[in-house]
Amino acid sequence: MANFFTDNRELKFHLHHPLMEKIVQLKERDFSFKDEFKFAPFDFEDAMDNYERVLEIAGEICGEIIAPNAESVDADGPQVVDGRVIYAAGTKENLKALSQAGLMGMSLPYKYEGLNFPIVPYIMAADIVSRADAGFVNIWGLQDCAETINEFASDEQKEKYLPRVCRNDTMAMDLTEPDAGSDLQAVQLKATWSEEKKTWLLNGVKRFITNGDGDISLVLARSEPGTKDGRGLSMFIYDKQNGGVTVRRIENKMGIIGSPTCELVFKNAHAELVGSRKLGLIKYVMALMNGARLGIAAQSVGISEAAYREALEYAKERIQFGKSIIRFPAVFEMLSTMKAKLDASRTLLYETARFVDVYKTWQHIAKERTLEKEERDEMKFYQKLADIFTPLVKGMSSEFSNEIAYDAVQIHGGSGFMKDYPVERIYRDARITSIYEGTTQLQVVAAIRGVTTGGYLERIRYYESQKVSPKLEYLKRSLIILTDEYEQAVKKVTSADDNEFVDFHARRLVEMAGHIIMSYLLLNDSNRDEMFLRSTQNYITFAKTQVKAHAEFIRVSELSDLGNYKFEL
Amino acid sequence: MKAYSIIVLAKQVPDTRNVGKDAMKADGTVNRAALPAIFNPEDLNALEQALRIKDRYPGTTVKILTMGPVRAAEVIREGLYRGADGGILLTDRAFAGSDTLATSYALSQAIKKMGKTDLIIAGRQAIDGDTAQVGPQVAEKLNMLQITYVEEVAELKNDTIILKRRLDRGVETVKCKLPLVMTVNGTAPECRVRNAKLLMQYKRARTITELQRENEDYTHLYNERSDLNIAEWTVNDIETDSSQLGLTGSPTKVKTIVNVVLQAKDSKVISDSDADIENMMIELIDSHVIG
Repeated sequence: MANFFTDNRELKFHLHHPLMEKIVQLKERDFSFKDEFKFAPFDFEDAMDNYERVLEIAGEICGEIIAPNAESVDADGPQVVDGRVIYAAGTKENLKALSQAGLMGMSLPYKYEGLNFPIVPYIMAADIVSRADAGFVNIWGLQDCAETINEFASDEQKEKYLPRVCRNDTMAMDLTEPDAGSDLQAVQLKATWSEEKKTWLLNGVKRFITNGDGDISLVLARSEPGTKDGRGLSMFIYDKQNGGVTVRRIENKMGIIGSPTCELVFKNAHAELVGSRKLGLIKYVMALMNGARLGIAAQSVGISEAAYREALEYAKERIQFGKSIIRFPAVFEMLSTMKAKLDASRTLLYETARFVDVYKTWQHIAKERTLEKEERDEMKFYQKLADIFTPLVKGMSSEFSNEIAYDAVQIHGGSGFMKDYPVERIYRDARITSIYEGTTQLQVVAAIRGVTTGGYLERIRYYESQKVSPKLEYLKRSLIILTDEYEQAVKKVTSADDNEFVDFHARRLVEMAGHIIMSYLLLNDSNRDEMFLRSTQNYITFAKTQVKAHAEFIRVSELSDLGNYKFEL
Repeated sequence: MKAYSIIVLAKQVPDTRNVGKDAMKADGTVNRAALPAIFNPEDLNALEQALRIKDRYPGTTVKILTMGPVRAAEVIREGLYRGADGGILLTDRAFAGSDTLATSYALSQAIKKMGKTDLIIAGRQAIDGDTAQVGPQVAEKLNMLQITYVEEVAELKNDTIILKRRLDRGVETVKCKLPLVMTVNGTAPECRVRNAKLLMQYKRARTITELQRENEDYTHLYNERSDLNIAEWTVNDIETDSSQLGLTGSPTKVKTIVNVVLQAKDSKVISDSDADIENMMIELIDSHVIG
């Protein structure tokens, strides 16, 4: 029986990170739920055992059901019939299995029928579901939206909607519109309060909405007439049971075909306000997006895993010139670099997930009682890290998944270009990851703060202070040199005191920080388990070439050169 | 709406689907250590049928009855993870060496003790013995109706059930009254996956012997939480005639075991006329398949 959790030792390694003890203890409120809920854990080991066993269920569903369905789901795709989305048969089967397994509200609290799992095991499930079918993870992974309800909605709304998510209702987040893509401040969907009906009514059009016909949707709409920016937007819950929204069409896409991307028409659709008016974009959507970005990072890592495995298997089996092609340096180098990038993006993914876990759990605890000063400080500390690591991991891992998928096709040669092998689909599926939930360029806009405020550097210094075994010291020394180069590059760019100059080099600087951070994370992983040693060595070599190339670009770059890049303006 | 009382007969078997080089010992017997123990696949199909009835008729109870060594309790846990309400492990040295006849005798005596039952559902056959005898024998011993090769419960209303049977040349729809023993075909829907919450709740469910062996840290739990106690019955818990148990009660004697390479040949259809059956018996005896 194929099992996508147990066949991947790296996952178990990341699940058992030392910080998990704190995360689990906070999440389980010192294991105080066990008397109320028969399935709640007694202690740390018990909780970890639960995560492993439940991930084994997810791994089995992925290996036995979702992955085998991926090809037909990609070929059939969803359809629109009478304004409603009909999923492909395989998609329905996948959803049924996951809902029977009780994996629809993994991170929601027990009292709303969830599993109360931390983000780490939830993201791990997203990682393996993505490996099985990157298009399907969009439908299942939209349970992220429930976390936003859990964070900001009223108790009444939580009681009404969250158990439905845990049972099997799917979700959607309706943000984008024809004229509001990256720039959500331009959202125009109208929300008006009806005194007569005692409800908010939504009118307008949304576009590019993943799973737009989901059961419960979070909708960003303009509740303050006459406003033009983000401060006039509020967040609403639309319940499909109430009607008022139809699907006009679904997009004909390059990849993630099983995931219906909908154009929605709202006609007096009844909706409930979430939280306070005017905070829709500036507070709630930002939280929603951060969760979703971590989800896309997981999707990227899952795609990378799938692509790497396909390429590895093919390279071993394909005989040319009398031997397996994996024996040729051109191929084994490609594969080892793919593996290094995969391991690097995965370690960054779980590091970020842990940061999110700690601060989000403190946020929830803060609603139950007043936090002590140290607790508040810890929450802020991890929140800052999560804020700069989330766009970093989304940006880096999605670009890597594209590179890995590209190389996976390359290793397949002409066969990879044909629909006969899964890499063709994986390659198409990868392409969206660096575009949606904010393009890589927009991740850089969010991540550059980590460069300019010194947040990344501070964390790099922390990793540097971690002890590693003597035989790994030489790797650390080379990272210290790279960090110096990064520091100098940052100094050079920021000392010009020109925002455009910073923007111009932002991606280079963010990537330099990213390469160094991932190198350190891999180094520390190797210190715990030797299975990461090769990837660590290879990644650090790769990181050196990337950091040095960027450093050189920045070294020779002057503010006055910018004109050379603007000749088409 | 009526609620039903269902018993699923399940067996823990060596996973003969993934047979490696060391699956058989030199003496021709199965090397159980080399094969992982699993829930017999068609018994999972049977469990799914039971759980579907439970989904449709709330209040229905599904209990798993299994006979085997203590480790067969895993079959009951696997059932609990999927929605079964409980189970009984029938385990005793007195049952060791049972062939199908002795097995069905022990099972039917246990079923008698389990109280009123509307439906007994078993897999068509187990992958270790491939006899397909235990289900029908249980029905005979309990003097109950039996329907074999079931693929689907088409309708269930009060005490009337309509079943679809998968036969060689088609599907037969039959209608009959409960109580009933039915055996389920591998072509029936696959069993549902394990449920996360049920797994988290029941992962510590143990029989008394398991608890004693494991020396668990959470002993106090089993006093407080009845849901974690799996019933374990020995020969003393059921009424039996010892001559019908275990090796003594098993007329099957294995003479030799040979490796047979199955070849796909034309099948022969034999009608249920006395003449056809007699001819078949003569043919089987002549070729020493039986006798």
